[in-house]
Amino acid sequence: MTTTLSTIDTPLHPAVDGVSLPEFLAEEDLPSREGPRVIQFREALREAMSEEMRRDKRIFLMGEEVAQYSGAYKVSQGMLEEFGEKRIVDSPISENGFAGLAVGAAMYGLRPIIEFMSWSFSLVAADQILNNVPKMLYMSGGQWGCPVVFRGNDGAGGQLGSTHSWCVEALYSNVPGLKMAIPSCPYDAKGLLKTAIRDPDPVFFLESERMLGDKAHVPEEEYYIPFGRAARLREGDACTIVSFGRPVNFCLEAWDELAKEGIECDVLDMRTIRPLDIGAVVRSVQKTGRVVVVDQSWPFGSVASEVVTQVCEKAFDWLDHQPLRVNSDDVPAPYAKGLEQAFLPHKGKIVAAVKRAVG
Amino acid sequence: MTTMTTASAKGAKRLSDSLPSEVLVGWLRDMMLIREFELRTMAAYQQARIGGFCHVYIGQEATAVGTIACVEAGDPVVTAYRDHGHALARGMSAEACMAEMFGKLTGCAKGKGGSMHMFDRPNHLYGGHGIVGAQTPMGAGLAFGHRYEWEVLKTGKKRLTLCYLGDGALNQGALHEAMNLAGLYSLPVIYIVENNGYSMGTSIERGTTMAHDLRAKAAAYGIDSIQIDGMDVREIYDRFKPFADDLRERQRPGFVDLKTYRYQGHSMSDPQKYRTKEEVAKYQERDSINRLAHHLLNEKKTLSERDWERMQEEIKEQVRVAMKFAEESPDPDPATELFADVYVNPQPNLSPTAEYRHGVKNPLM
Repeated sequence: MTTTLSTIDTPLHPAVDGVSLPEFLAEEDLPSREGPRVIQFREALREAMSEEMRRDKRIFLMGEEVAQYSGAYKVSQGMLEEFGEKRIVDSPISENGFAGLAVGAAMYGLRPIIEFMSWSFSLVAADQILNNVPKMLYMSGGQWGCPVVFRGNDGAGGQLGSTHSWCVEALYSNVPGLKMAIPSCPYDAKGLLKTAIRDPDPVFFLESERMLGDKAHVPEEEYYIPFGRAARLREGDACTIVSFGRPVNFCLEAWDELAKEGIECDVLDMRTIRPLDIGAVVRSVQKTGRVVVVDQSWPFGSVASEVVTQVCEKAFDWLDHQPLRVNSDDVPAPYAKGLEQAFLPHKGKIVAAVKRAVG
Repeated sequence: MTTMTTASAKGAKRLSDSLPSEVLVGWLRDMMLIREFELRTMAAYQQARIGGFCHVYIGQEATAVGTIACVEAGDPVVTAYRDHGHALARGMSAEACMAEMFGKLTGCAKGKGGSMHMFDRPNHLYGGHGIVGAQTPMGAGLAFGHRYEWEVLKTGKKRLTLCYLGDGALNQGALHEAMNLAGLYSLPVIYIVENNGYSMGTSIERGTTMAHDLRAKAAAYGIDSIQIDGMDVREIYDRFKPFADDLRERQRPGFVDLKTYRYQGHSMSDPQKYRTKEEVAKYQERDSINRLAHHLLNEKKTLSERDWERMQEEIKEQVRVAMKFAEESPDPDPATELFADVYVNPQPNLSPTAEYRHGVKNPLM
């Protein structure tokens, strides 16, 4: 495909012109989640970026250690060799600077992917990513959008302590104008990241250092997962378990344990929380009458709070028990291994919450 | 690095002397338009027809007009919140600019931005920006964009971004990160400090180190820099044009300490206790508009008194028309506009309470 920045010199309305979204298939028409092509989560991310960068030369990747070091977490390994230093760009430790650089580059017509080594470090770029990125289209009266994908590790790593364990989803998803995707497995990571790159709006894409080595089948053929469509990973009538990102995996562990006791639940992986597939939650709650929301951010004003509120607004009459939430405990992230484990939403907390809900 | 005085040495042939006289008359007209526009802005603000924060450009007209005269129409310009002058100098109609401040649908941002957020895509004005210094990494990004367009996509040309900031922004981390990136990546952006001596009520000496020679800040990032007298538009052209041309050619960043002065307060609600009337009067004696008018009327004799008076009348009328346009324009309708322009791709379930949509087309597009 020949790429030109034709939108730059020909004034177009970004809301209606020059936007080409991929074709989205129904969930059952997507390639199989089962198969022999087992790769790591980080490789799925790399494939998503590389495929899109081959398609569209406007896309570049910038971040700390993404090029010569092959990525602090090896997500971008080999990409410098394929795409060269003009498109895989090492940045200094300067988050506010390079996040703001992405804003200007995106407005000019490029499609930046910005890697935050950790979303914890995005806090020093808050003015750019919260003031400029999501508000540019509005402030400019529809003249300029800001199609940047910001991606990186979110949530507790391995004993990283309070400042490096941020879950930014509750804070950032509060801001209108941005979209947020939080995959829980390699298959979704690839399909969602490709969609994020194609989407004309800014996307905050939250990964987890703890999941980058997770392995699963990722199909050879190209696929895109639409934003705003939850995946039902387990079925059951007892309770609806709603989660996103890494804690989805804890929910699946909890499901196995609960199933041994004959308690079978729906497990919904939201995959994106802005947009949020509340319809899928409501349909499930209409069947189960119970809901437990598992969210690794702090409870006060969290995404779990939002899901619970929307369930109450939209499915109140179907509830047989008050909605429950399982968050990280409401303290700064601790360092000691045992404390950190106790702090996070884990299988034990989820099992206990579901048992409480089903009485 | 050169000093402030060389180019304007008495008797020396000046670069701006080689320009057709219409160009200089055009600068005079542009500066006069900004002056008149801002006087009417102040009046409208005092009558509460303009809301929010409002920062007028009176006194600084030469800086935007003189520097923008040195670049191409397609070069990006981005600035801070004292942005009406840049918008007009870049070619935005007085109607769209005033209507924006009146919060009207016909404003450059459909009434969603206000005084601090003048955006003009057809004229490559990438905004006035409200947070001090926030536009400086964006300036690096715009330069990254056109350098990438030229080098990687091979569809562009050697462009140059102008990124304006006030002297208050010198103390924001964003600027220093941006200048480091610009130096490191060799990004063709010129950081133009419109140094009016005060960040709100704090004089520059009280706010920043090396206030007597700001070029030291650029030197730390390997960025070429000059100081220019910002009260003389010909001087700006003489000095800034070769500086900008050279940076464009070499695709390197630059930094300009453009010494200027605002005659009015920082914003419309500033009692100005931090400076004396005598200080303001001293700068008004060096007023950029009077100086250029004097030059064209009495030295060059390329403008007659009659034409000068006619020009002033025309500008007054032009701004009167803009005021009338702003007053009579429709308000944005909350039913169609409140939830529009939040997302380019406003898919369902982005909000528990809002249904986002596309609004009316921006009047500039």
